[in-house]
Amino acid sequence: MIQVLKKELNGFLNSLIGYIVISVFLTGIGLLMWVFPETSVLDYGYADMETLFSLGPYVFMFLIPAITMRMFAEEKRAGTMELLLTKPLTDWEIIFGKYFSGFLLVAFALLPTLIYFYTIYHLGNPVGNVDTAGVVGSYIGLLFLGGVFTSVGIFSSLITTNQIVSFIIAVFLCFFIYTGFESLAAINVWGSASLFLEQFGILYHYRAMSKGLIDTRNLIYFLSMISFMLLLTKLILGSRKW
Amino acid sequence: MSIRVNNLTKIYGNQRALDSITFEANKGEIVGFLGPNGAGKSTTMKIITGYLPPTVGRIEVCGLDVEQDSYAIKAKVGYLPEHNPLYTDMYVREYITFVANVHKVSKSSLSDRIDRMIELCGLTREQNKKIEALSKGYRQRVGLAQSLIHDPEVLILDEPTTGLDPNQIIEIRELIRSSSENKTVIFSSHIMQEVQALCDRVIVIDQGKIVADDQIAQLKSDKVEVVSILLEFAEAIDTMGIENIKEVISVELVEGAKYRVKATTDSDIRPALFSYASEHGLLLLGLQQEEVTMENVFQELTKPKL
Repeated sequence: MIQVLKKELNGFLNSLIGYIVISVFLTGIGLLMWVFPETSVLDYGYADMETLFSLGPYVFMFLIPAITMRMFAEEKRAGTMELLLTKPLTDWEIIFGKYFSGFLLVAFALLPTLIYFYTIYHLGNPVGNVDTAGVVGSYIGLLFLGGVFTSVGIFSSLITTNQIVSFIIAVFLCFFIYTGFESLAAINVWGSASLFLEQFGILYHYRAMSKGLIDTRNLIYFLSMISFMLLLTKLILGSRKW
Repeated sequence: MSIRVNNLTKIYGNQRALDSITFEANKGEIVGFLGPNGAGKSTTMKIITGYLPPTVGRIEVCGLDVEQDSYAIKAKVGYLPEHNPLYTDMYVREYITFVANVHKVSKSSLSDRIDRMIELCGLTREQNKKIEALSKGYRQRVGLAQSLIHDPEVLILDEPTTGLDPNQIIEIRELIRSSSENKTVIFSSHIMQEVQALCDRVIVIDQGKIVADDQIAQLKSDKVEVVSILLEFAEAIDTMGIENIKEVISVELVEGAKYRVKATTDSDIRPALFSYASEHGLLLLGLQQEEVTMENVFQELTKPKL
């Protein structure tokens, strides 16, 4: 697994992809947080990081599929999949290697935003007047959300040989899992099942975590979403043997 | 017994790509897979490497079952797929190191092993280039280097010399030969000279069936019932006398005083021709038996069945 992970990470860092992803994410979020008047913390006047945590998922929704779209699609198109699958690697090693390389890149992109927290901490009046617990919860939530999006991206990459198709499917699935269930639940036909449906979406659990309460139910939700997507990926990768 | 394929059948949809193929390959042998395009050579190789599952049949590599112990087998097999897929955005050395690590080549001998492989494959000058910057011949060498890096017991090469220039072909051949000691090598080709130059044994596949499996020399003498001999006399002669020799089937004029004699292979006809010439006082300038090429054999074996 380590070999595949190293190869993928080197692939990101030797090509422009890694740097572009990280710099686009940071530039975009930086502009939204500090420059654009509608969302800027400075104009808002309250010392919180709501902008990052409410808009971050939408930036991830496009960036993560862009990271993951080539992972399997490109290997299948170039034929290197045959090479990889005839090496002494298990399917799980390949999937986890690719998954964690994507996840690490997302985490790298998120790391510099800790400076924002430091800044806002000092902008608070009095200094340190920030909902620290909420920020920590939100960071954990955002990381897990990145994890779910990455697994969705990996899955979409495997079901096609075309990177653009993979990207579009991944963006749609991420969007649907993030807010789709909630919007669906808002239709007035579900009755009491509405809450149940809403709980399938990420937003419900993400919002709960950003209150600063790390509830195991939410953690289990995120982990089971990731496991489910990776399991589907494994199933499809294994289907060549059917 | 390094490779044992027993009754292998592969069906794609409703097309029978392989039809009850059975063969074996021993250690130290170089076996050539010969067949026209679409005969099933690549499919067989993909099944032996565990990339594709067989529909029916049992395949053993180094005594292990391909379907049950595919992980263990993959560690023992070096495989160069058709079209030689490579990670073109990696550097040559980086790529070979990656494959070596995947094969868990021990840390202590890792860099020695990589250096040796790079040298053996003639990649020393290219080792710090990106693979995408290499010419086809060098890419092929990279492909071979990755298949050999872990010193595999079984080497499977799918058309390793396509698209190379004649010099490169000879170099790659040398490379395969020199690295094949104590290994089982199976390699496919649709080029006859290739197989002739490299293999001890040929398996000819046509339309998913094995049509021949034999030593090259044996195959030639089995499949060809007519020899052709080129005679050159000092001046034109009357061919009637030659046609009367028992084994001769036909005599035709090539040009001037050169004749081509076709005869059955029952016995060597050359002494008879020579004594005929001396008895009749004909001055024989040349007598040459034309070599049977693998092309003839190949055409003979794979011609469409009526």
